[in-house]
Amino acid sequence: MRLTRRHALLSATAFAASGFLPRATFAQETPKRGGVFTVHLGSEQRILNPALRASTGVYLITSKIMEALVDLDAKGNPAPVLATSWDAAPDGKTITFKLRQGVTWHDGKPFTSADVQYTALEMWKKHLNYGTQLQQYLEAVDTPDAHTAVFRYSRPMPLDLLLRALCDLGYIAPRHIFEGTNILENPANTAPIGTGPFKFVQYERGQFIIAERNPNYWRKEFPYLDRIVWRVITDKSAVAAALETGQIQLSSYNGLSLSDLDRLKGDERFEVSTRGIEANAFNNTLEFNTRRKELADVRVRRAIAHAIDVEFFIENFLYGQAKPATGPIPSSSPAFYPAGKPPYPFDKKKAEALLDEAGYKRGAGGTRFTLKIVPIMNGEDVPLLATFIQQSLGDVGIKVEIVQLDIAGALTTVYRDWNFDLATGWHQYRGDPAVSTTVWYRSGSPKGSPWTNQWGWQSDKVDQLIDQAASEIDPVKRKALYADWVTAVNEEIPVWMITERKFFAATSRQIQNHHNVPRWDSSDWHDTWIASS
Amino acid sequence: MRVLLLALRRLAASLPTLFVVLAGLFLLLQLAPGDTVDALVAQMGGGDPVMMEELRRYYGLDVSVAVQLGRYIWRLLQLDLGFSAIYGKPVSAVILERLPATLLLMMSALSFAFAGGMALGVLAARKVNRWPDTLISTLGLIFYATPSFWFGLMGIVIFAVNLGWLPAGSFEEIGAGYTGFRRALDIAWHLFLPTLTLALIFLATYLRIMRASMLEVLNLEFVRTARAKGLSPGRVVRRHVLRNALLPMVTLIGLQAGTMLGGSIVVESVFALPGLGRLAYESVVQRDLNTLLGIVFVSALLVIAVNFIVDLLYARLDPRIVT
Repeated sequence: MRLTRRHALLSATAFAASGFLPRATFAQETPKRGGVFTVHLGSEQRILNPALRASTGVYLITSKIMEALVDLDAKGNPAPVLATSWDAAPDGKTITFKLRQGVTWHDGKPFTSADVQYTALEMWKKHLNYGTQLQQYLEAVDTPDAHTAVFRYSRPMPLDLLLRALCDLGYIAPRHIFEGTNILENPANTAPIGTGPFKFVQYERGQFIIAERNPNYWRKEFPYLDRIVWRVITDKSAVAAALETGQIQLSSYNGLSLSDLDRLKGDERFEVSTRGIEANAFNNTLEFNTRRKELADVRVRRAIAHAIDVEFFIENFLYGQAKPATGPIPSSSPAFYPAGKPPYPFDKKKAEALLDEAGYKRGAGGTRFTLKIVPIMNGEDVPLLATFIQQSLGDVGIKVEIVQLDIAGALTTVYRDWNFDLATGWHQYRGDPAVSTTVWYRSGSPKGSPWTNQWGWQSDKVDQLIDQAASEIDPVKRKALYADWVTAVNEEIPVWMITERKFFAATSRQIQNHHNVPRWDSSDWHDTWIASS
Repeated sequence: MRVLLLALRRLAASLPTLFVVLAGLFLLLQLAPGDTVDALVAQMGGGDPVMMEELRRYYGLDVSVAVQLGRYIWRLLQLDLGFSAIYGKPVSAVILERLPATLLLMMSALSFAFAGGMALGVLAARKVNRWPDTLISTLGLIFYATPSFWFGLMGIVIFAVNLGWLPAGSFEEIGAGYTGFRRALDIAWHLFLPTLTLALIFLATYLRIMRASMLEVLNLEFVRTARAKGLSPGRVVRRHVLRNALLPMVTLIGLQAGTMLGGSIVVESVFALPGLGRLAYESVVQRDLNTLLGIVFVSALLVIAVNFIVDLLYARLDPRIVT
């Protein structure tokens, strides 16, 4: 690791924070019961059913009310929740889950394998985003008894892929509530009924959601908190004010602006950190439309990557909250990360040489050609990056025009109309490359599916590697296949992963046992408690 | 009876306008790239083709624009505003939930701006070109030139974050379970800063209009007559000048009622209030056509109603105007 200003600052923060450790350690020994935990909700969700909608906004609320088969433990390995154990047949086509006994739904009915069967076949396979892809070869779920669910696939399903994906895509909904109704219109989608440590109480649109302690929770004596309140605040400056006045005690998934995150880092009332959100990594991306003849030439794509000073962008625009990416698999995913260096370091001379070599000499006014960039506004940094790209490419003789659209408009323009030369947005990594990453490179996605390969680019070698890895049941071989795949796509860069980032959360130091698992904000918070101030 | 007739005539005249506005907006929104499913997928950070196709069918987006418009108009004729994509319930229910907050904010801001503007305007006019006039006019200019989100944020920083006197946002204390008078007090306490923020800009306009109008009326002949009768200056202003000077102010209320609905988007976002402005903004971003059209419908009705009241006020203030 190179020592930069960022690292120096980070360790300085850690040093300053260590002053608070003794109190925290002392407090941890005697968890206090009761209290209301108030959490920031940045955008209102249409439905509160994680078995139908996979998104951090939905998990932030519903993961306290409904539960998945498995979740990640502190070390990032799949741990039992509603499933107590699992086992895969040698051919990888049958995976058996033993289910927890004595669990009841919030309405008092028992939780059984019928719920798992129903949710998997009717929700994950038919409606859940990424779930339909993950479960496309799921043929049936057998229920030999009330506490065993056997998943049968027509192609081998790697157990590690399934378990990692099920942390997000494995929430169970109550069969007796949904069966025989129109699933999408069921009132339980906005008044969820689950098995989790908190029971849904009230959803006041545009204002707040309230859940209260479930006294019959299967983890006896848990949870500690009496209530959780999620407050809808859409304005990022207002979020900072709410945190500082104690109206909310947590804002996660970059709910604060980058500058406020940077400012609150120096405030001893809060912990501002990526700890406990490691499972959700994301990248700033640059997508190339290879239907443009200039961009069809890999030398031009490489030249563009060489022309952009990523380190400078990170230091000055992202407040150092990122690092240059080494490929589509982030370093926070040790099970697959193949190590390596950023493939195209900043080198203006090389960029110019590559462009000359490709036959695009500087013409009148020093311009080689003009490109159109569409920013896909996932976050406040996207328009900044678009402007930075515009200026950087201007330096090497490529004129760039920025097309401003809101996010729905940008998605349509890029993914359905293919009306772009360059696009920039975020790629989100979801624990396993097969969940939502390889679709950025695999050919054959239907026109119009967002965040898939719509670049007019195709490689048989890459397609093969992706397919092989998706059904390889030996974890070691799988990791090796993905390493080959990363090398291949880094070479060709149909999409360039520019930065590697993690989400930040700002948490009040009153909150105890927070961010102690890799997807804590999307976990059940059964052991979270509030220290008296 | 005459009032009722007038109301009916007004309503009949506004119906075609309303219809044109709604159909026009529907078509205009078709020009915006992306539909509500794209927006939903954007919010989730990913989706897949199977799910998106399923949802398009669910929201009725799989048919041509002409059919969609036809369906919409047919529903509208039956006074059905349709189903909200974001909220999954009837648009009328969604709007009814949000209406009280917006109305409360709008009414209090409007009353505050009107009363404050009137008082300051009268004061400035009576002390014209002396220091109170200069001070008031300068303040007015500052209020008018400053964007309301800045006022709002500064108010939060000073009164909520630094001093801790007022809440930083939201409509009422969540989960406190107050009822009756206690709840009204709690809401008033929460709405103090937003009302002030929203009112200040309008206050500036009112005070300038009031000042100019007062100065004009003060020079009219009947005022001289009143003075010549030996009335005290205060009585002249109250009984003779004020009433005549108020006419342009009342006109302004009618014009600004519409602006207030739009202007409250910023204030509602900054203070996290559940109002119509934020709902409209959210509907545009999420491409929730039904909700947006519903809001336009309700806003248009509100503006029509306010202007109707303004007309009645005219007649009351100046009997020479026959409605």
